Amino acid sequence: MALLEVRDLRTYFHTEGGVAKAVDGVSFHVERGEVLGIVGESGCGKSVTSLSVMGLVSEPGRIEEGSSITYDGRELTTLSEKEMRGIRGNDIAMIFQEPMTSLNPVFPVGDQISEALRLHRGLKKKEARGRAIELLQLVGIPVPERRVDEYPHQLSGGMRQRVMIAMALANEPDVLIADEPTTALDVTIQAQILELLDELRERLGMAIVLITHDLGVVAEVCDRVVVMYAGQVVEEGPVGDIFGRPSHPYTQGLLAAVPRPDRREGTLAVIPGTVPPPTNWPTGCRFHDRCPYAWDLTREKMPPLFDLGGDHRSRCWLVEHPERREEVERTRPVFTGGAAQ
Amino acid sequence: MAAYVARRLLGAIPLVLGIATIIFFVVNLAPGDPTALYFNQNVPPEVLEQIRRNFGLDQPLLVRYWKWLTSFFTGDFGYSFAHSRPVADIILETLGPTLILAGCTLVLIFAAGIATGVIQAVRQHRPADRILSITSLFFYSMPSFWLGLMLMLLLSLKAHEWGLPFALPPTGMTSVDYEFLSFGGKLADRATHLVLPVLTLSLVMAAGIARYTRGQMLEVIHQDYIRTARAKGLPGRTVVLKHALRNSLLPVITLLGLYMPLLFSGSVFVEVIFSWPGMGRVIVDAIFQRDYPLVMATSFIFALVVVLGSLVADILYAVADPRIRYD
Repeated sequence: MALLEVRDLRTYFHTEGGVAKAVDGVSFHVERGEVLGIVGESGCGKSVTSLSVMGLVSEPGRIEEGSSITYDGRELTTLSEKEMRGIRGNDIAMIFQEPMTSLNPVFPVGDQISEALRLHRGLKKKEARGRAIELLQLVGIPVPERRVDEYPHQLSGGMRQRVMIAMALANEPDVLIADEPTTALDVTIQAQILELLDELRERLGMAIVLITHDLGVVAEVCDRVVVMYAGQVVEEGPVGDIFGRPSHPYTQGLLAAVPRPDRREGTLAVIPGTVPPPTNWPTGCRFHDRCPYAWDLTREKMPPLFDLGGDHRSRCWLVEHPERREEVERTRPVFTGGAAQ
Repeated sequence: MAAYVARRLLGAIPLVLGIATIIFFVVNLAPGDPTALYFNQNVPPEVLEQIRRNFGLDQPLLVRYWKWLTSFFTGDFGYSFAHSRPVADIILETLGPTLILAGCTLVLIFAAGIATGVIQAVRQHRPADRILSITSLFFYSMPSFWLGLMLMLLLSLKAHEWGLPFALPPTGMTSVDYEFLSFGGKLADRATHLVLPVLTLSLVMAAGIARYTRGQMLEVIHQDYIRTARAKGLPGRTVVLKHALRNSLLPVITLLGLYMPLLFSGSVFVEVIFSWPGMGRVIVDAIFQRDYPLVMATSFIFALVVVLGSLVADILYAVADPRIRYD
């Protein structure tokens, strides 16, 4: 049994402008000790997915009937708020995208870490402080016994993200959800934080769900990848399969859009258009209006997740109709960048 | 921090001097004459002239200014024209009641205002929020002198008539039989006399603080660090009362400085309405009587309290927000 299993998760926002189906039938699982990457453009529902797992979706958002999130065999969607609080920050912890604003500016960082320890472990003030210093040491903050009393504004962005990680790790969670943990940081610090996460995973044996739109990051640290588009999983599989033989045109487009230092000629490849609004997903395959291979079938009928073997799945009609791929590619180049223009 | 406070206190000296100067000229240049009080057909002009000389009003304005300023800052506030007593004595008598009134009001408006604002923010757009919004707007829009009269009518004069089980004392600071009460009775007597004037002053200002706190809370509640606090598994109460409230209160502290002038000008009305034996009532009488030394001294003390109030607000701000350091 998987450590964390999300099945048919649907998180809808009931707004005046209609129902926004931010997450619409997402399923994935995370095994103990593995790193799962969830990738996709802004607005594809990856952050809402992670907030749903944490039980932190706020009004007017709601996890719909029939959705299931199980942690260690326990169904989370039906837990009371109080029971959920016992899991949040204890068994499943989360770190956020914006280290600059994710720490409370008026409390010393040590107190913010201690808070989680005193809450879930019932530690005394002094013990919690000692443990907070250990945690700051663990995440590589120099002179932790001095930093523990400092306020967030006295720390750099990278330092703050380390504090966030220390806070999330305080109770040695089984699952750490990291929502774009490196997006707001510069490249050197990014690499350090990723290395730190990977090292901590090995040492503490926790699973990490890494949410990102940076495929470079995914290639570096993930074991398996879930690609999301328009509130759905469009492709998932081991990281080698996703990068080596991507099946879904969306995944191919994302990969083609990654800047590569060895190919400096021309401009970057782009996927035309933008993610449609979640109140009005397209019919059929939700990617059809941006897909170079689209034909009648894709516009009318939503493809299921086809099994490609070896834990690799793809939500694309091309799996059943490979002849269409050849037909299109014979006439024009697909996802090759705008060098020709 | 100590250096900052010392610097601010030094900086207040020219400010206070300026205030004293402006008060002097405004009061002395205002139309009217202190001797008008003594004017009637039977008083010969020589006597009036003698009174003017006794008050020192025959001297040029600038000479009077200098004399007043130098004696003022050595602690000699002069002699009241109308009361024929040293101004210092009158102030000593009336400052206490005014400070009691203002102090109770200050505590109440911040306690009630902040609590209301927090409740409204947590229950945004729900009935509780709507009802409190309408109530606070109602009181916020009300002139305090009228509100005072209505409260007096409702809770005191006509209280029994309208079926209320109690009637609050309408005026004054103590009852007639105050001297004969036990210690506890004296305390209770003073407390019941405080209710109406404090309520009148507070309702209007608490409404403003509630509005402001609500807005701040709603802004803070959507901050990333609130989500972080929830992600730790903290109960909603802790998230709101610890993480959100502390941040929301930072701008509210500024109101402390801004509300000081309102508090004292408001107490002038309220003291007159409720016959509260404080400085506000003395000021009003002194102005009508053109009692220059008394008007100047009491206005100056109000100004001083306001200056001190904003200084305290600045210091509190630095204490509450670690990002602000004044050194």
